[in-house]
Amino acid sequence: MQNTSLQFKKQVTIKLADVRLQDALSRLQSRFVGGRAAVISEIHDLEETRIAAAAIRDHALNNLDYWLQHFEQQATARGAIVHWAETGDDVNRIVTEIAALHNVKTAAKSKSMVSEECGLNDALEEAGVAVMETDLGEYILQLAHEAPSHIVAPVVHKNKEEIADLFAEKHHTPRKTDIAELCREAREILRPAFLNADMGISGANFLIAETGSALIVTNEGNGRLVTTLPRVHVAITGIEKVVPTLEDVTTLLRLLPRSATGQSITNYVSVLTGTKKPEDHDGPEHFHIILLDNGRSSLIGGDMQEMLRCIRCGACMNHCPVYQNIGGHAYGWVYPGPMGSILTPVLGGIENSPDLPNASTLCGACAVVCPVKIPLPDLLRKLREKQMQLGMKSRQETFMLKAWAWLALHPRLYAKATAIGVRMLKLIGGNKKLIHTLPGAGGWTDGRDFPAPAGKTFRELYQQGKHK
Amino acid sequence: MNAREKILARIRNTQNPAAVATAQTIASHLAKHPRGPLPPQPNNLLACFKERALKLSSDILETNNINDVPALVAKYLNERKLPIRGVCWPALATLRWNDAGLEIQSHPALPLHNPLPQAGEEANELLRKFNDNDLVGITGAFCAIAETGTLMMLSGADTPATTSLLPETHIAAIDPKRIVATMEDAWDLLRSENKQPPRAVNFISGPSRTADIEQTVTLGAHGPYRVLLILVPINE
Ligand code: SF4
Repeated sequence: MQNTSLQFKKQVTIKLADVRLQDALSRLQSRFVGGRAAVISEIHDLEETRIAAAAIRDHALNNLDYWLQHFEQQATARGAIVHWAETGDDVNRIVTEIAALHNVKTAAKSKSMVSEECGLNDALEEAGVAVMETDLGEYILQLAHEAPSHIVAPVVHKNKEEIADLFAEKHHTPRKTDIAELCREAREILRPAFLNADMGISGANFLIAETGSALIVTNEGNGRLVTTLPRVHVAITGIEKVVPTLEDVTTLLRLLPRSATGQSITNYVSVLTGTKKPEDHDGPEHFHIILLDNGRSSLIGGDMQEMLRCIRCGACMNHCPVYQNIGGHAYGWVYPGPMGSILTPVLGGIENSPDLPNASTLCGACAVVCPVKIPLPDLLRKLREKQMQLGMKSRQETFMLKAWAWLALHPRLYAKATAIGVRMLKLIGGNKKLIHTLPGAGGWTDGRDFPAPAGKTFRELYQQGKHK
Repeated sequence: MNAREKILARIRNTQNPAAVATAQTIASHLAKHPRGPLPPQPNNLLACFKERALKLSSDILETNNINDVPALVAKYLNERKLPIRGVCWPALATLRWNDAGLEIQSHPALPLHNPLPQAGEEANELLRKFNDNDLVGITGAFCAIAETGTLMMLSGADTPATTSLLPETHIAAIDPKRIVATMEDAWDLLRSENKQPPRAVNFISGPSRTADIEQTVTLGAHGPYRVLLILVPINE
């Protein structure tokens, strides 16, 4: 998927004015934020479990070379074929080659964010393979030619009326707006696609080194169908997804669905190991697992490594006041919200996403809910520092920050300057105590009025209070 | 250098040497596969399992006699005006489904009628035709997990994964003795009885569902619309 995060600011203005989107986002907030709150307390000792989960991920990342090789060895012993890919284009090439090797004409695909990184569907279509997305949300997006706007609920930005229009147009069926009927219609259209697909394509939520297995969580059952019915199964995932043992993955599973959708467990958890045996009646005869790097290895050992702990639950975006107001598309790539504001610049180049590290109020809600305790605000702050060092900030911003830093080091001058400043702002604010425009700081006043200060600095007020 | 070597080399060049575990630590982690923090052990596994399974929209029936299962299934299907035709795992094929007015066939067919299937295209074709018409799938389960009200299914020659997946109604017979507290206990049971996981271990927790449209939960996405759990002692 092309990275368009350079357009971030322009997109934000559009998204804020989009009434339907604002409606959809408020629904997400109530269902997912409320849902998580209702079940997360089921975990006996949440903090202890989060600490254990973070430790499992850290151990895997600190020894990533070992666990990837162990995984490869075990998976190969069970008949799977493991491929390594440096870039998204490499993934596309490998999948296309597998398709050609097994004479694949049609593929059924369950949700995979990593494949969105690669733009796999376009590459396969170009190679003459018809690809059908089977996750209901992804299927709707494929019909509408749109990109996902959330990593767990990809079609959160659309309401049922829009989906009803889309189905009536594309399926040539009478328009229906009952959600259960819409789901049934999609099921009936997609069932033949599962049964006839030559190849199933999935992601993997985790790789288990001990057994060489890929683990997939789904609710719809499409993940099970695409990994059971077609004769070829290709699982695509990032190199960071490996964990050592079945017990390790179980600890992470206590947190993942609860953090994501407010479920104590997803309907289906599938642990897939190797290929069909001759006496088996179902299962793929060929199982290919593709491990994608795409910049991930460059985070190992550095100050951003903690980001690789991410288990893609989406809680950070559900709880982010910025995401809640602009939705996922504005972020311009596969991963939105706080985790995307870090992943997009670190994987795709900080120079291509200058706004994302700043698309956060640093309120800290994301770090509070992150099941693997990623210090997201700290990482955002580090990225901002990097931007500063690289001279990516505007001259004006750099000058202002430097001036402020100098002033802050001279307390007396600071007191004088701020005392004058707040008095001037109070004057500008007038009777209504609101400032409509601030020269050089339009970002603070373009969308709303800036409340004028009280006319005295904190220090002055504090001094007054002491003398009372 | 190929992609594999390049990726591994990059990791090794930059990883923090102080954080790399010793071979001994890694070997012991694999050998002991330690558990993370666990929920408290429930007093009554069966009660806990039932409570959780109901919460996930599974239906539950109980009986003491395996021979009562066909009648229970018939009553369940008839009450809901559901089709009475379907497939079951071979281990359950000897139950008197016909007597209860049901048309249940063994899948795969019992050994008598069942030449070993050929691998490849033809077998897959057969399988596809077979499954698409079945509206009820009746299975056992490897074990069940009280913590989440979950079934653990192992794929195999006589326990096809599709039976619990393609039909609109999935019915599973579970022996209450096979209810364990946690997924960790289930892994230990698997290690002690099977050594290594089969091609597919499927954990099933209620009917398939989606909340993709307006985050409204709808039962019956691509898998079954309903799951009936029958708790019954099963003699192996
Ligand atoms: S950063 Fe944390 S909260 Fe956000 S998706 Fe990843 S694991 Fe979930």
